Amino acid sequence: MSALLEVQGLRVTFGGTAAVRGASLTVNKGETHCLVGESGCGKSVTSLAIMALLAKGGRREADVLSFAGQDIRGLNERQMSRLRGDRMAMIFQEPMTSLNPAYTVGSQMTEVLRRHRGASRVQAVDRAAELLGRVGITAPGLRLGQFPHQLSGGLRQRVMIAMALMCDPELLIADEPTTALDVTVQAQILRLLAGIQKDLGLGILLITHDLGVVARIADRVSVMYAGEVVESAPTAALFADPQHPYTRGLLACVPVPGKVKRGDPLGSIPGVVPRIPPGFRGCAFRDRCAYAHAECAGTIPRRGAGAGHEVLCTLPPGYASRVAA
Amino acid sequence: MLRFLLRRLAVALLVALTVLTLSFLLTRLSGDLAISIAGPNATQEDVDIIRRAYGLNRPLTQQYLDWLVRAVQGDFGDSFFFKDRVAKLIASRLPITMTLGLVGLAIALVVSLPLGIIAAVRENSWVDRSVMMVALIGQAMPSFWLGLILMVVLGLNLGWLPISGTGGWEYYVMPGIVLAFSAIPSLMRLTRSGMIEALSSDYIRTARAKGLSRLSILVKHGFRNAAIPVVSIAAVQLGFMLGGSIVIESVFAMHGVGYLAWESIGKNDFPVVQAVVLVLALLYIALTLLADMLNAVLDPRLRSA
Repeated sequence: MSALLEVQGLRVTFGGTAAVRGASLTVNKGETHCLVGESGCGKSVTSLAIMALLAKGGRREADVLSFAGQDIRGLNERQMSRLRGDRMAMIFQEPMTSLNPAYTVGSQMTEVLRRHRGASRVQAVDRAAELLGRVGITAPGLRLGQFPHQLSGGLRQRVMIAMALMCDPELLIADEPTTALDVTVQAQILRLLAGIQKDLGLGILLITHDLGVVARIADRVSVMYAGEVVESAPTAALFADPQHPYTRGLLACVPVPGKVKRGDPLGSIPGVVPRIPPGFRGCAFRDRCAYAHAECAGTIPRRGAGAGHEVLCTLPPGYASRVAA
Repeated sequence: MLRFLLRRLAVALLVALTVLTLSFLLTRLSGDLAISIAGPNATQEDVDIIRRAYGLNRPLTQQYLDWLVRAVQGDFGDSFFFKDRVAKLIASRLPITMTLGLVGLAIALVVSLPLGIIAAVRENSWVDRSVMMVALIGQAMPSFWLGLILMVVLGLNLGWLPISGTGGWEYYVMPGIVLAFSAIPSLMRLTRSGMIEALSSDYIRTARAKGLSRLSILVKHGFRNAAIPVVSIAAVQLGFMLGGSIVIESVFAMHGVGYLAWESIGKNDFPVVQAVVLVLALLYIALTLLADMLNAVLDPRLRSA
């Protein structure tokens, strides 16, 4: 498999505050890659930085940032806008506010195809109707003429997904697309994303804090903590053999039927994601980590832990069982 | 949509009726009309004749109803001074005032919308700060004073434009600029703040994520939403301009409705004054209604409300 999106050493700062501190991840063609972590760990900023959509005042630097083999670090806004919506698309956490209230669904969907492909109005409307059907919306013709405020949250997110697919993108970045929706709708949207990924073969970078989602649809998982990717592995390997103490902590927070007994305390990680001062060295998790030792204040090596499994930690493999023994 | 329109229309009619009543009451409350028409040297006999001639001896309610019925039909009686129908007088002067107001509004919009958008895009930069400084100066400058300055510079020194009078388009430029100047600050501020809000919204981020052009993001997606409050204020400003034409038309000697009002006040010609106030107020109501309808076109959420 070849890399569709490669990110190495991504750094994002807002004023003096570092939001992302050298994050690295790779999304392969036709792969669903999940980026997980607590609120405030820099997941959303990472995704916005990739799309060059950072809010005012955000500065982005990276050692490698390439899309389909092309270095996109130096692209200006005009060049980026040619890629966005065409070859790389994005959907957001807030379906209620992400559509423009002043325009119909049809108008907002068709402008993407007209902008990037110079399609005629009729062609664009046909394509929009086809995609609304594809995302499970009945009566696409009716919906195209409606305004966002006439649609429910779940419908709006389906519209957002359909809109993102207008130009058949190679990469779809989805930033917590189900967080604002109720549980039954969440499941529908996720099934939809998984189905689209299978049918269209596009690469998806899915940002979520829901490990249940990850287990169901991810090929690969990256765990983010305080602006760094601390562990990255194929989904099965990550769930079977989590290496980083933070990953282990996250997994312990999820009740698994059959494994966790009724009445047993659910796991939690003490403390909150710290604010990282400029010039900080070492592991950002060490203050919350039960296994922290002197080396954690130094430079942290990236070590392998099996095929495609990498972890940013000083602890040797199998540390947990040894400490327990 | 229909319900929205009907509700707005009903409110407008109520306000119009209130204005009609007030304009009737104001002239009756300001003293004995017969005495003020007759003048300082009139005898009691003269006053009585005038009182009967103008029907001022009848009960107030009867006068009011009679006046209301005729006003609704566009009959405002005769002018004491111009010896003509008031309605005809106003009809002949109104086009000048309306043209002046529209020229003023056009200049104001052409200046304030782009500047407001630029200030919002370059928020907190030196461009933004200088634009807002100009707005502050504009707000602080009295319009008659600006009118005189323009007359001296553009009219006398450069000789580009006629200084005063009524005529072709060139007569409307200077008073139009003066009227625009008073409207520019508020329109510009509103455009700026509306654009800043719109540009930080989620749907603008979506528009950028769709790779739309900068123009489409700013104007189609940003300004369309920022324009809603601007339309309301533009209508109010046009109303102010029509009302404020009393000062500007006097300064530039333009024979519009404002000038007519100014003359009539000096001549105690109360039917004219009353009718001018009424017509300007009704225009104001019509403008507000127009703005509401424009907003319903701009904002689909209003239509279904």
